[in-house]
Amino acid sequence: MSLMPWLLPLHDPGAALREARALDETARPAAALRLAMHDLDAIATQRLDRFAAAQHFEATEITPIRVALLGSHTLDHLAPAIRVGGLRHGLAIELHLGGYGQYRTALLSGDPALDAFAPRYVLIALDVAAVLPNAPMATTRSETDRLIADAVASIRDGWRRIRSRWSAQPIQQTFLPQSPALIGSNEALLPASPTMLCDRLNAAVRDAAAEDGALLLDVATRMPPRHGDDRLYDPVRWYQAKQLVNPVFGPLYGELLAQVLAAAQGRARKCLVVDLDNTMWGGVVGDDGMENLKLGQGSAEGEAYLAFQLYVRRLAERGVILSVCSKNDHDVARGVFDSHPEMQLGYGDVACFVANWQDKATNLRTIAARLNIGIDSLVFVDDNPAERDIVRRELPMVAVPELPDDVAFYPERIAAAGYFEAAAITGDDFGRGRSYAANVQRATALDEATDMEGFLRSLEMTLIWGPITPLDRMRAAQLINKSNQFNLTTIRRSEAELEQVLRDPGAVALGFRLRDRFGDNGLISVVIARRDAALPDDTWLIDTWLMSCRVLGRGVEAAALSVLIDMLKARGIAAVVGEYRPTARNAMVERHYETLGFTPIDPLPGAEQGARFWRLAIADRPPPAHHLELEMTA
Amino acid sequence: MSRDDVYAALTDVMRDVFDDDDIVVGPDTTARDIAGWDSQAHVTLIVAAEQRFGVRFRTAEFESLRNVGDFVALIESRLAA
Repeated sequence: MSLMPWLLPLHDPGAALREARALDETARPAAALRLAMHDLDAIATQRLDRFAAAQHFEATEITPIRVALLGSHTLDHLAPAIRVGGLRHGLAIELHLGGYGQYRTALLSGDPALDAFAPRYVLIALDVAAVLPNAPMATTRSETDRLIADAVASIRDGWRRIRSRWSAQPIQQTFLPQSPALIGSNEALLPASPTMLCDRLNAAVRDAAAEDGALLLDVATRMPPRHGDDRLYDPVRWYQAKQLVNPVFGPLYGELLAQVLAAAQGRARKCLVVDLDNTMWGGVVGDDGMENLKLGQGSAEGEAYLAFQLYVRRLAERGVILSVCSKNDHDVARGVFDSHPEMQLGYGDVACFVANWQDKATNLRTIAARLNIGIDSLVFVDDNPAERDIVRRELPMVAVPELPDDVAFYPERIAAAGYFEAAAITGDDFGRGRSYAANVQRATALDEATDMEGFLRSLEMTLIWGPITPLDRMRAAQLINKSNQFNLTTIRRSEAELEQVLRDPGAVALGFRLRDRFGDNGLISVVIARRDAALPDDTWLIDTWLMSCRVLGRGVEAAALSVLIDMLKARGIAAVVGEYRPTARNAMVERHYETLGFTPIDPLPGAEQGARFWRLAIADRPPPAHHLELEMTA
Repeated sequence: MSRDDVYAALTDVMRDVFDDDDIVVGPDTTARDIAGWDSQAHVTLIVAAEQRFGVRFRTAEFESLRNVGDFVALIESRLAA
């Protein structure tokens, strides 16, 4: 049994690497990415890392990010697996490794090499002894409380320094127990027991991280303490090389860190697409009939399917979009959702329901198109290995987990794969399912409306605008770091960086919420304009313009522009310049500024290669037409 | 497992660890003879050998290894146990 069973096994990694090396230079990066999708052991991972290091990846395919690792123990042996994990998640990770034990100096007084590296993420990996003094066994509960509070305060101080020194996002590794129990089951009787201290430290760090917006690499819960004969914390490795994480577990460690980084970079998956027969219920509804399906209380197998549905429903409730892709007669499949009494999922919980006899790759493309999300944000769950294989071959960007034979283990398999890791959870996440369901209603309204203008008017839309409020800041940062398609420049900013922009008198950062008669869409667009050294003082640059694809075609762009024009006019600005930086995923906004009436101009000095620019004189311009009521944020 | 088998298997492990298919080792080979055999790679090699041969070496044993011949003798003694 492997540590990453959701990935495809590779029987002879040595031969696969030899084949990859023999390929033409231009074909090697893709081969490295393909190999990274497999379940490799530590040595094969290290060899793939060396091979990948020699390849040149296009920044449009794979996002380069700089990550610093600061630890109180050895982390060097984990570097190859972190980089390979990155490749698996579309990230080209450049690592800076602080000397072990140097983390405190780096945080307190800086480190020229690290300053020059300018990390975007800083991982802090500590062991219990690095933050807690060796407490005598007689130490009381209140004394240990104080020790833990002091330790957490110092960790939080580290996070603040990471933000202020490098404007980087802190990632904190949780603590691993290194010392066995002194009592046993009733260990809590002894507050100073190292295992108790480790547990309580982790609980306190998790709370602090959620409060401060630090991300966690929760090795204490996400990594098994034992795997076969191997231990996650192996004292021999500790004494030998101060390795807290056994190298055998390295590939899983790298994968977990990559999951967190991918989430922070907006590359987490968004949509779970499920097959139906023998995936969501036992049996084939078209053959067996709805009444003979195994689903629900009364049979062990039926309960296992029920539990899987409940897991899927909770994912949907926390903001994962749910879709169905099944080879079935549409009405027969839908009938189960409408009338089977044990179903945990209703038809209304499914944002896109596709049941037909077409091949699944085609249907997955349809689902992504209808939901206005990238194909690379889909996870496809199907019990049939042949269907999984075809989808992997046709659509390598879709995540297709290997599944266990028994549905009872589906939830933990999907959870382990970490597809839906999140850097933040906001109120909008909980409303997303309803919002997509409402989108289906809106689409129906469009069918009924005779013309587009009538449809837009019938939506009774209100655009609520204003400088991004503290309440919206987390969601705004989430959009800034997640939006890929409707995103003109794809400039990523951490919450800390966004706060700097909000304080800058030479910049405006606007947030837009959209409400219509079907509901509140939440914060759906962010526009940042600012003074720029390459432009005269009376001309500002639109640094960021992004929008959730859920509200495409609603005239939000024109309304947002009219708000921006009013804001800039009030500041005496005469013209505004828009920039488009092409990526592999934002072709849909290539003509954004042209459509809004901007005029093309030459690239600004020092602009990114491939970037294009447009200008709009705003002094004498009538506000663009749209069908939205405007309301300023209270 | 004969001594030749142990040498052959250990050579495979070392070729993987040091990512060099041309590595050939004998009893007198030391860390100095192989590019990249530093203290971190040494741990990697120990772990890879433990996995390959299905054995565990004791904490005390890594420090006494002077050359590949010592390493092979250690593996043989563990396999015999």
